[in-house]
Amino acid sequence: MSARRDFTVITVLLFAAVLASAIGLVYSKHQSRKLFVELEQANARIVSLSNDWGRLQLEQSAWSDHGRIERIARTRLGMKIPDANEVIFIKP
Amino acid sequence: MKAATKQGGTARGVNSRTLKTHPANTARPLMPWRRIAVLVLFCAAVAMLAGRALDMQVLHSAFFERQGDARQLRTVSIPVHRGDIVDRNGEPFAVSTPVSSLWLNPQEATASTDLSEMAKLLSLDPARLREKIESNREREFMYLKRHVSPEVAQQALALHVPGVYQQHEFRRYYPAGEVAANVIGFADIDDNGQEGIELEFDAWLKGTPGKKRVIRDRLGRAFDDVERISTAQPGKTIQLSLDKRLQYLTYRTLKAAVLKHGAVGGSAVVLDAETGEVLAIVNQPSFNANDRGQMRPDATRNRAVTDVFEPGSTMKPLTVAMALESGRWKPWYKVETAPGYMRVLGNTIRDHRNYGDLDVGGVIEKSSNVGISKIALSLDAEDQLGMYRRLGLGSDTGSGFPGEAIGRLSGEALHNDFERASMAFGYGVSVTPLQLARAYAAFAADGVLKPVSFLRVDAGIGGQRVMSAETAREVRKMMRRVISDEGTGRRAAVANYSVAGKTGTVHKFAAGGYAEDRYMSIFAGMVPANDPRLVMVVMIDEPSNGEHFGGEVAAPVFSTVMTGAMRLLDVPPDQVRDGRLVLDSGTPDHGDDHA
Repeated sequence: MSARRDFTVITVLLFAAVLASAIGLVYSKHQSRKLFVELEQANARIVSLSNDWGRLQLEQSAWSDHGRIERIARTRLGMKIPDANEVIFIKP
Repeated sequence: MKAATKQGGTARGVNSRTLKTHPANTARPLMPWRRIAVLVLFCAAVAMLAGRALDMQVLHSAFFERQGDARQLRTVSIPVHRGDIVDRNGEPFAVSTPVSSLWLNPQEATASTDLSEMAKLLSLDPARLREKIESNREREFMYLKRHVSPEVAQQALALHVPGVYQQHEFRRYYPAGEVAANVIGFADIDDNGQEGIELEFDAWLKGTPGKKRVIRDRLGRAFDDVERISTAQPGKTIQLSLDKRLQYLTYRTLKAAVLKHGAVGGSAVVLDAETGEVLAIVNQPSFNANDRGQMRPDATRNRAVTDVFEPGSTMKPLTVAMALESGRWKPWYKVETAPGYMRVLGNTIRDHRNYGDLDVGGVIEKSSNVGISKIALSLDAEDQLGMYRRLGLGSDTGSGFPGEAIGRLSGEALHNDFERASMAFGYGVSVTPLQLARAYAAFAADGVLKPVSFLRVDAGIGGQRVMSAETAREVRKMMRRVISDEGTGRRAAVANYSVAGKTGTVHKFAAGGYAEDRYMSIFAGMVPANDPRLVMVVMIDEPSNGEHFGGEVAAPVFSTVMTGAMRLLDVPPDQVRDGRLVLDSGTPDHGDDHA
C-alpha cells in the first residue's frame, strides 16, 4: 500500500517537474529571442556607426585632399613655399 | 480509488441481480437518447473536420499556399564591410561605404508595369530597360541598377513597382584617386581584389559574411530574426607604409615632369632608409580607381615594381662598392680614362669626352664609362656579379607585390669581359625601380640590405650586411660629388641638405638593338647624405622634348620631392649655407623682440 502511495507522489512530482520545465523552456526561449533581437539591434548599430565612420572619413579626406589644400593656399590665401634664401635657421 | 472499486463492485452486484430478475430490460437502456446524442455529436464533429479539410485543401488552397510562402524560415547572409586600406598615419586610401543594389524579378513585373518613373529616378533609358526585362523574362533575378546611394534606393522602393527589391552591398572608394591607383589597385564590383594591394591582401581585407535564420515575409523583408548560425566577420583594416602626403607630392612632381618632357611614362620610389618601408611609389600613366570606365588596361601596372629597365650609370656606385670591398682600390687611386674611349673584345666603350686621369670618386662624379670599365675589369668576375646579387639584383625585393619582376642578372658576363664591363655601367642587366632603390638603401643604411615593405613596420627591422660600413660611407661621399657644380647631377640639389646620388641615361633597347634617339632618364639618390633618411629613385621613360639626360630630366624631380619631403618629415638640415643659421641662445640681440 505504501509503495503505491510513493508511486503516486512521484508521479505527481514528476508531472509538476515536467510542467515547470515546459514553462521554463518557453520562458528561456522567449528570453533568448529577446536577447537575440537586442543583439541584432546592437549589431545593426555597430554597422550603421561604422558606415557613418567610413562616410565621414571619406568626407574628411575629400576636404583635406592635398591638391585642394594646396590650391586654396596658393590662390585664395596667396601663400607660397618660401624660397631657400628666404629661410633662416635658428639653432636652439 | 478504494471507494471507487467498492462502488463498482456494488454496482456490478446490483446489475447482475437485475439481469437475473429482469432479462427483458437488457436491450432497453435507461435513457436511450443519450447514446444517440453522443453519436450525433461525434458525427457532426467528423463532418466539420472533413468540411474544414475540404475547405483548406481544395476551396482555399491558393490562399493558404500564399500564406505559407509568406511565413518562410530562411537563411540569409549578413553582408560585411571590406577592410579599409590606410596610410602610415591612418589616412584612408580605400574605404567601403554601404550602397544599395536594386534588382527586379521579371516574373513579377508584367508588361503593363509602369517603369518610366523608376527609369527616370535611376537615370536609365526606359526603352532599353523594357528590352532588358523582356530578354530576362524567364529569369527571376535581374539587376536594375547596382550601387546606388541608400537615399535613391529608398525613393525607388517608395514607387512600389511590383517585383523591385533592394540588396545591401558595399562600394569601394579610393579617396586618393590616381595618386595611389597603381599601388593600391582596386577591387571589382563584387569586392574581390583585382590589382595591387587590394589583390595582395585580399584574404585579409575580405570579411566572412555571417549567416542567420530569419522569418521573412513575401517581399523578402525579414520580420523576425530567429537565430544566428555564424557571426559576420568584417574585413580587417590594413595599414600601409605609404605616407599619403609624400605620395601626393611625388605623384604631382613626377606627373609634371612627364608632361614637361613629353615622356611616355615614368616611375618614382621613395624608401625609408632605416626600415626599408616604401613611403611613396608612383607611376605614370595612372588611372582613376573610382571611375574605371575609361581606364587603359596598361595604366593599371605598378611599373615601379612590375617593369624592368637597364639602370645605366646608376650601376656605377654598386661596381665601385665591390672595388673598395676587394681591397684592390682606394678612393684616391687614379684611373686613366684618356683618350675617352677604350676597346674591349672588339667593342668600343666611350665617354662623353676625354676626362683624363680621374680618382675613383671622379669616375662616379663624371660618370666615366671608361673609368668604371677599367675598375670592373681589374676585379674578379665572380666578385663583381656577386656584389650585384648581394645587393638584391635579379631577385625579388620581399615586397610580395603581385606581378613583381625580378629583373635579369645573367651569369654570361662571367666569361665575357665586354659584357662584364657593360654591366659595370648598367647595360646587359635589368632591374625594377624598386630593386634599384633597395640597393641604394643599402648604401644609405651603412651597408645593410633590408627587405622592402609595403606595410608599416614598427619594430626594428633586420637586414643583411652586404658591404662594410666604411665602404658604404665612402661610396656615399663619392656620390655627393655628383651633386656638386662639376657633377652630372647638380640639379638634384636640395637646399640646406647634403645629397648623394647618381644620374643615369640609357638608350632604350628596341627591336634589333639600342635605339639611338630613345632614352630613359634615371636618378637615384639619398638625403641627407651624412645620415640618410630617404632614398629615392626616379625613372622617366622616353623624354622627347630635347632634354634626355638623367641630370636634366630625373634629377629635378628628385630635388623637388626631397625638398618637400624634408619639410614634411621635419628632418633637421645638415648643410645650411653661411649666414642662414642664427644661434638662438636667448641673448638680448637675438631674443624675442617683436613684442
